[in-house]
Amino acid sequence: MLCEGDGCGEVLWLDEPLSFWGGTDIATAVITDVHHPQHGISLAGRVLVMSASRGSSSSSSVIAEQVRAGVAPAAIVLSSRDAIVVLGALAAAEVYGTRLPIVLLGSAALEGLPRTGNVCVRADADAASVTW
Amino acid sequence: MTDPPAAVGLIEPVHLELSGEDEAKLAGERGPAVAMAMRLIVALAKVSQAPRLIDVESAHIDGCLYHGQAGLDFAEKLAELGASVSVPTTLNVSSLDLMHPGLVRLDPDETAAAKRLMDAYVAMGARATWTCAPYQLADRPAFGTDVAWAESNAIVFANSALGARTARYGDFADVCAAITGRVPYAGLHVTANRVPTLELDCSGIPTRVLDSDAAWAALGFAVGKTVGERVCILTGIDSEVADEDRLKALGATAASSGGVALFHVAGVTPEAVAAGADWPAPDLPRISLTADTLRAARDDLTTATVGDRLDAVSIGTPHFSLSEFAKLADVLRDGEPFHPSCTVWISTSRDVLALAREAGFAQLCEQAGAKLVVDTCTYLVPILSETVRTAMTTSGKWAWYAPANMGIDVVLGSIDECIASARAGRVIRDEAVWH
Repeated sequence: MLCEGDGCGEVLWLDEPLSFWGGTDIATAVITDVHHPQHGISLAGRVLVMSASRGSSSSSSVIAEQVRAGVAPAAIVLSSRDAIVVLGALAAAEVYGTRLPIVLLGSAALEGLPRTGNVCVRADADAASVTW
Repeated sequence: MTDPPAAVGLIEPVHLELSGEDEAKLAGERGPAVAMAMRLIVALAKVSQAPRLIDVESAHIDGCLYHGQAGLDFAEKLAELGASVSVPTTLNVSSLDLMHPGLVRLDPDETAAAKRLMDAYVAMGARATWTCAPYQLADRPAFGTDVAWAESNAIVFANSALGARTARYGDFADVCAAITGRVPYAGLHVTANRVPTLELDCSGIPTRVLDSDAAWAALGFAVGKTVGERVCILTGIDSEVADEDRLKALGATAASSGGVALFHVAGVTPEAVAAGADWPAPDLPRISLTADTLRAARDDLTTATVGDRLDAVSIGTPHFSLSEFAKLADVLRDGEPFHPSCTVWISTSRDVLALAREAGFAQLCEQAGAKLVVDTCTYLVPILSETVRTAMTTSGKWAWYAPANMGIDVVLGSIDECIASARAGRVIRDEAVWH
């Protein structure tokens, strides 16, 4: 568990790392990085499965702003220790009380996740689960 | 009823040992702002698997550049809770030039929000330095001390040129470290993580080629592309041609093109000097960089063509130093004017500008027609005229970001090439500098 919270949504596997700053629209969370294979897809309300973010630490601010605007992912499942993503979610939780759950999965467990359909992430101080 | 499918293998955090004072801060005994900042520092420690927290002696905050409402709400919440920094803290560039109102073309709402963000950080006790080059100010970190610096070029300079120790801090983490005075013992705070794992042999680059700031920017681009986030040591460089302005140029570009947060130069940077003959270790992988590498890097950072009409020159990314002002003043002393269609911009800090005025360098630049920008930078917010199509710079970082941020073409060149081009109003390349 990296950030506490509950979230369900349609799973979205990111095919490549993504910089939230410069790579997503700050107001809509649509992927704007023209070099990204999922360019044009929105992250809003999805359970995002990703290895790591990429690039600028200003991405923390962008994630916090997307949480504020209600367009952030429902949850994030990471396979690496990405402080930039976590700090954005934690800052938003402190200011707005809106929790964006983030969990860390080993690569084997990650591979077991479905590629499509609804996924739920629950994370509290003691335990975390990913179910579908 | 069967249980729904579920993932097993959620990774548990390593144990984090907090001091009694850390616990007190976390529990709110030092006030609600300290508790809020401590919650983020503890979370960061868990993400980075740190076994404990350590003290920092100073902080440099990058969160004062306006990216949106959330960053402002976060800073204002801390300020309202009574937050104050517990260590000497400098502030990075903002979105405004407070000394030259009207220079930055932001709409009134964004201007007001950017100013409120700046005010919130000053209210917490941070110094109104507004510079990406805090290492050009007095009281900079001493060798071996732990600091919490944000902004990629400041991070790489503190680690590499000063031998201070900072991990890669960014938005939110920077101010929380400043308030608590504590950071996770992880990343480049740990001695073992600072040892070079790759040698870049530069003995094939002629010393005369390296006797130009733009060559170090090109070198930085190649270093970043080659090493990514690894720690490298550059060998075969004559220490006579290495100075802080050039280490600044190398680091800023390498941090942009590759995420470099620490590099060493044998015989030049303090940790490499201290290690002496022990670095590089004999079994280290070695890659050779040549003058061809530098020219290729220069051309990768150039999207316009020699001879093109030139609309602007922008220098001082990271912020122009006093020694750079001195060198520029020497070039401008002959009094030849810039071409009327080309504007020369110099970004610097208000502190360095005051020194440059005292020395008469700033007046010389202004007499030649150059425009001075402080507190912010020409590629972050709209400053250059909207009609600019092609701009030239000595900065690898500016050349890296300007095409995407501003939709213009760029040319990387030496200061002599930039000034000659500004006077001619078209891009001039002196190939002799690069061979």
